Amino acid sequence: MLILKPASHADDMEVDRKEEIVTPGQVITKDLAFMRGHGTFTLNEQLVASVAGKIERVNKLVSVKPLKTRFNGEIGDVVVGRIAELGNKRWRVDIQGRQEATLLLSSINLPGGVQRRKNEADEMEMRSFFAEGDMLSAEVQAFFGDGGCSLHTRSFKYGKLRNGCLVVAPSALIKRSKSHFISLSCGVDVVLGLNGYIWVQKHVFISPEMQNQPEGLYINENDEISMEEREAISRVCNIITALVNHKQMIYETIIVFMYENSLEYQPVELLSADLQKSLIDSAISQLEAAE
Amino acid sequence: MSRLELITPEGLRVDGRRPKETRRIYSRTDLLAADGSSYIEMGNTKLITTVYGPKESKNNNSNSIINVEFHLASFASGSTAKKLRNDKKLMENSIAIRDIFESVLIKSFGRSEIDVFIQVLQSDGGVLAAAINGTCLALIDAGIPITDYVTACTAGYCNEQAILDLNYIEESSEVPCLTVALTPKNEKILLMNMEHRLHLDNFDSVLSLAKTGCQTIYESLDECIRK
Repeated sequence: MLILKPASHADDMEVDRKEEIVTPGQVITKDLAFMRGHGTFTLNEQLVASVAGKIERVNKLVSVKPLKTRFNGEIGDVVVGRIAELGNKRWRVDIQGRQEATLLLSSINLPGGVQRRKNEADEMEMRSFFAEGDMLSAEVQAFFGDGGCSLHTRSFKYGKLRNGCLVVAPSALIKRSKSHFISLSCGVDVVLGLNGYIWVQKHVFISPEMQNQPEGLYINENDEISMEEREAISRVCNIITALVNHKQMIYETIIVFMYENSLEYQPVELLSADLQKSLIDSAISQLEAAE
Repeated sequence: MSRLELITPEGLRVDGRRPKETRRIYSRTDLLAADGSSYIEMGNTKLITTVYGPKESKNNNSNSIINVEFHLASFASGSTAKKLRNDKKLMENSIAIRDIFESVLIKSFGRSEIDVFIQVLQSDGGVLAAAINGTCLALIDAGIPITDYVTACTAGYCNEQAILDLNYIEESSEVPCLTVALTPKNEKILLMNMEHRLHLDNFDSVLSLAKTGCQTIYESLDECIRK
């Protein structure tokens, strides 16, 4: 067990106090047994915070998690992005991060079989797969030396997004969970990108036979969307906007509860701040009751 | 010394403060849909700062990580005269702010850049100091790693004594005015800018007063960040 040195200065504090908020320049500990994590640096053999936020401690690793920051991906994260530009055998994707992410031509599924070799013709018609402004879901594959990240869409789950609407949230509000592809009972699918981009779309049924025919992967036209489906999509969008406005974590169960509670109102009414507050409060109390 | 009586025989200044008092400081963060934003009032000097980034750098030939744009609203100061030549002064301010914050930034951003926009809504002296304090708050709000806060304060010298945090009347009446920006933890001075002449014997008292002013402001800003 670690024993912290007694505090000799007013700024010092014990690291294992929970929910401790630190601000930049504040000394976290003078004990060198701790390791330097994100949001900290060492100065004169002291561990000092560099951002304002909560101290998090895993064994000996001490890090400070800021209340909000740009998306800093990890390998395996599901992200939603927008194509910013086309480059040599690659796309640059805006994922609301410190830098634009890279999607290599070699890390997407091409029409006509997963294992097909890429040829020059594919390079010439990259724009027919993804053009500037297209939305896509992808997974973080690797990091480059400069901190930029590389994406891939080599799974049937990922690829071009359509039939829906984008909601932008701070990345810190997206809760990590088992699945970021949510199918709601109302016929709406939600892709919760960990980078804060959320795609709300009409549910599209994909039969197993379809999976082997990826010709349909890069269609640009939307399907027919009925009035009820449009209403359901905008209702889910407004629920997510409400959660963003009130700085609540966004995850599947809270969206489900809020959707059910909101059915007595029109989607447009969900934008009023008072209603948002009462819906969130009731959803949270329902969640606590369910636990 | 000066035409106006800046300190009454009772020891009060034009706005009723004691010589070693700062003006009222009010600040808040997280008010706009930017990565980081802040609003700060130092007396009647009011300004909004927004920070965007770190984001993909669009300008590859510049070496700086921070870009600062400094705007003075046309209604910000009392005079309605055209301020064409004032651009130089604003540019000087923005370069000063850029240099200050690049020195406290923990550089781990690869090819990204940070944009800082400062909009002065009302100017009543100490604009540069208020802008530095506002930028500091906005950067912290954006979750950008810095080694310490940067706080700034002005101090002047009149009627044989040092006075803290000058307002516009004091600043414009030929009082030597010193702006100091420092990191409050180790008192490292990042900016020192003086207008008018001041005898070296008196300089120390003005500098130390400005330093204590910075510490007062630090306490106020720290309180704001902790909500």
